Amino acid sequence: MIFDLKDLYQEVIIDHNRSPRNFGKLENPTRVAEGYNPLCGDKLNLYLATENDVITDVSFDGSGCAISVASASLMTDSLKGKTIKEAEQLFESFHGLIMEEENPGPEEMQSLGKLAALAGVKEYPARVKCATLCWHTLNSALEGESCPATTE
Amino acid sequence: MSETNIADNFKPSLDVEKIRQDFPILHQEVNEKPLVYLDNAATSQKPMQVINALDKYYQQDNANIHRGVHTLSERATTDYEQARGKVRNFINAGSDEEIIFVRGATEGINLIAQSYGRTNLKPGDEIIISTMEHHSNIVPWQLLCEQTGAVLKIIPINDDGELIMEEFEKLLGPKTKIVSIVHISNALGTINPVQHIIDHAHEHNAVTIIDGAQAAPHAAVDVQELDCDFYVFSGHKLFGPTGVGVLYGKTHLLEAMPPWQGGGDMIKMVSFEETMYADLPFKFEAGTPHIAGVIGLGAAIDYVNAIGLDAITAYEHDLLEYATAKASGVEGLRLIGTAEKKVSILSFIMESIHPHDIGTILDHEGVAIRTGHHCTMPVMTHFNVPATARASFAFYNTFEEVDRLIAAIEKAREVFA
Repeated sequence: MIFDLKDLYQEVIIDHNRSPRNFGKLENPTRVAEGYNPLCGDKLNLYLATENDVITDVSFDGSGCAISVASASLMTDSLKGKTIKEAEQLFESFHGLIMEEENPGPEEMQSLGKLAALAGVKEYPARVKCATLCWHTLNSALEGESCPATTE
Repeated sequence: MSETNIADNFKPSLDVEKIRQDFPILHQEVNEKPLVYLDNAATSQKPMQVINALDKYYQQDNANIHRGVHTLSERATTDYEQARGKVRNFINAGSDEEIIFVRGATEGINLIAQSYGRTNLKPGDEIIISTMEHHSNIVPWQLLCEQTGAVLKIIPINDDGELIMEEFEKLLGPKTKIVSIVHISNALGTINPVQHIIDHAHEHNAVTIIDGAQAAPHAAVDVQELDCDFYVFSGHKLFGPTGVGVLYGKTHLLEAMPPWQGGGDMIKMVSFEETMYADLPFKFEAGTPHIAGVIGLGAAIDYVNAIGLDAITAYEHDLLEYATAKASGVEGLRLIGTAEKKVSILSFIMESIHPHDIGTILDHEGVAIRTGHHCTMPVMTHFNVPATARASFAFYNTFEEVDRLIAAIEKAREVFA
């Protein structure tokens, strides 16, 4: 079976790569983490502002391929206003979306929202790390790890 | 004139269609398109002659070497040692004992660093390498520096990806003990003036090491003419098997060096009081080596010799010129590595398309290239890019395949338009 390139490079992804949302440093972040993919050299800094376990603001900067930039852009968009627990659940759903053969159920798909645009990544195993870098970085920001997150 | 006609006008100096018949792997489809394999700098494909040599060894001759009196062991030993002779002739070494079989160029450099370097370097001694080295010619020296207190000095490169030779001259001095330089850059394609480097290093009594991983498949090498002290290369980039490579060293240096690894096959006599090491080259070949790999490498050298390295060099030069001209016409494409003297390696970046996205889209079009930092992160830092896309050509590639590459790059531009 041959996959259409457009399944991977959906318009949403091209758009978020070209004009990433929430790009830049936060003024007063409460948590910061650095992500690095040694295989591709993708670098990502994530800035989080949390208040009572709620993510009030989030942004990122760095450099990477279209998949990693779009993924970070979409992720930051979907994290605002979520509790830390909800953010962790979202990561789990997202992980299922790009790792499992079957897409998640309708309810989970709905909670993923625009993140569903990254579903095509599962057909490109070499690119899964690009899509998950920002989420691993989020994890280390939430866990307060001081060393850079990696996809290894 | 249409673009295809330009390709038609290039008269290949090799019978490439005939050569391609020797490489079964090239005749397949990837993503429903005929495979265009342009990742030869990472590893090359293997002709049937090499595959058959491996097959014959395992089907008819498999036995351990240098230790059996039985017929199979004698056959295996003969074939293994004949391959050593082929390697010696291939790089014009003075004798078989100067040819050490290792796992690859990386292991060769590590062996030199740990055996020669650890024995001879003192705190403050200097090792000169360059910005364009592969990590395999950086990290072993960093390890050695940690162990001995020696200091690493780096020859910078210019924006064409050439060594700045005036800076090299300035780095040379009484403390220089080792100069270890890549013959041809895997990331940039640059052919370095190694003869000049060796001559100048020797004026300062420094030992010279040439990393020939990319040179062996593309250019004729004569270690005696170069007068380098060590030369290393890998079999798998030379159309041979993975897991086998060559360390050439001058006899007097190898003789003075302690063994790197101990074990079987590298000794004359072992007792708990005293162990006598074997003579060269066996002193550096502890344990059962990659016998099939060595025999396969011998077959690969026969294959390359039959075509002729001069003919290969000439043909690949035409391929590179054609590819460079076509790539330069692609809007938003910037070549990384524009040295005056280059082999057929085309590193590039695209405006607003990350190399990994280029790689995925090209693969979708059946075109295999490498994307990333190519194990040369300091080169990426110099050019201020996180990664490049790299197409690297071998003598079995065609002008039509260059056209396929360019068409696939145009496709990537469409996707990101």
